[in-house]
Amino acid sequence: MTTIDSNRLAGMFAAIADAMSADRDRLCALDGVIGDADHGIAMELGFTAARDAVAALDGGTTDPTTLLNTAAKSFLNAVGASSGPLYATAFMRGAAAVKGKVALDDADTVAVFQAMAKGIQDRGKAEPGEKTMIDAWVPAATAAGEALAAGKGLAGSLAAAAEAARAGAEATKTMIATKGRASRLGERSLGHMDPGAASAVTVIEAMRVALTG
Amino acid sequence: MQTKKIINDGNRAVDEMLEGILAAHPRHLKSVDGSPRSIIARDGPRQGKVGLVIGGGSGHEPSFLGFVGKGLADAAAIGNVFASPPPDPILECAKAADGGAGVLFMYGNYAGDVMNFDMAAEMAAMDDIEVRTVLSTDDVASALRGERQKRRGVAGNFFIFKAAGAACDRMLSFDECERIAKKANDHTFTMGVALAPCSLPQTRRPNFEIGDDEMEIGMGIHGEPGIARGKLRTADEITDEMLDRILAEMAPARGDKVAVLVNSLGSTPLMELYIMNRRVKQRLDDIGVSIHATWVGNYCTSLEMAGASITLHQLDDELQTMLDHPCDCAMFRAG
Repeated sequence: MTTIDSNRLAGMFAAIADAMSADRDRLCALDGVIGDADHGIAMELGFTAARDAVAALDGGTTDPTTLLNTAAKSFLNAVGASSGPLYATAFMRGAAAVKGKVALDDADTVAVFQAMAKGIQDRGKAEPGEKTMIDAWVPAATAAGEALAAGKGLAGSLAAAAEAARAGAEATKTMIATKGRASRLGERSLGHMDPGAASAVTVIEAMRVALTG
Repeated sequence: MQTKKIINDGNRAVDEMLEGILAAHPRHLKSVDGSPRSIIARDGPRQGKVGLVIGGGSGHEPSFLGFVGKGLADAAAIGNVFASPPPDPILECAKAADGGAGVLFMYGNYAGDVMNFDMAAEMAAMDDIEVRTVLSTDDVASALRGERQKRRGVAGNFFIFKAAGAACDRMLSFDECERIAKKANDHTFTMGVALAPCSLPQTRRPNFEIGDDEMEIGMGIHGEPGIARGKLRTADEITDEMLDRILAEMAPARGDKVAVLVNSLGSTPLMELYIMNRRVKQRLDDIGVSIHATWVGNYCTSLEMAGASITLHQLDDELQTMLDHPCDCAMFRAG
């Protein structure tokens, strides 16, 4: 059993922000192929803002719900764009999933993860197979739930999630975009990984390392 | 290699630009106290008038805030470069533009803008401000005919916002303003061509690759790939290809009237725009369509992208009245 408190969650946002800075140019290049080349910028900006906002909270008195809502609002206001509402909704749903808890057990943390994926799906109104970040998030959430049910604990669950996200992002190369900006490309989007799915892999992997490493 | 830009800090580019704009246009524009990305008209919002809030990403100047002023938009929410503004500055614009008669949100049809403006509309509803949204979808290249609702909004915003702003300024009802805004969108058709990429201030790298001798018809104003890439051709051939697609959809009859916008995507000079406009005039003359008014210049840019767009706005008496209605904005004046 791994117990996740607010300090640990604040560390998670710092880890994601670092990962996004490192990944920024690759994501922009991916986005340049089928979009407008700014996805890496938005993700770095958003997670940097979220990291700074939650770092300013008092980890001793802030509950995970407040922390996640703070991250959501700061991400949204720093970014706008598509990723702003999508990730802000993800963190707000994650916050709602553990309302009233001070420390999260394995099931709570996986519930946050699954609520994030659901939030992204609800806000973006995308379905799997449409070549979006959903193609990484949905299989990742499913895999996390199955691994937890199989008794694999948080480390095993997030490892399964990261693995499923990677496979899902890889699969977007064979998809034709039907949602988001790339949808105007039709078949020309074939062969290219969706940048939103690629960044989802980076987020999920950074979460795994920060929460279970 | 990084592209050359006159900037201080890529991450501060938008805010520093806004400082410069407010310094240049103090008679027309101000920002909402505490919300520097919400730019409002000094003269415009008033009791009983439907408010008009526009907005979108930066990098398209003079869109969008150049069209804020009396007779046009009451406020514009400003996003990062090529990124929708978040809900908070949009909400502040809605509050500033609200005259108790409802607020229209108008912006180009992009997934990010729709999510952020919709969230702002939900927040405005909690403040008892009724918001309705009219998306612009004038980019003919961005989806098939019959799927107009999937198309992007590009330079045609100019005519679409103009019609809606006039309707609001004439104190028409919320229903009428919304109807005229939608009608203006339905009567506006744009095609673009790109010759060379732009680069974002934060990355200073070209946002797409294109051969030295190539052009791309239908490329979007954020560098989204278009419908056909080929060798660069002559101005007349390029203009013909763009007009063919526009006219096929607009299907004007002999004797119809249009307004024309030949717009630079950033670095294409007026000389080339006027050469294109010469061909537009020839082609419209040939089919007996008269030109009520023409604008040539930078109206909806993509930073320093090279290329241009052509927009035709098909006029009936009502839309002509809206187009001719006076407006006084920081970067655009009519009537």
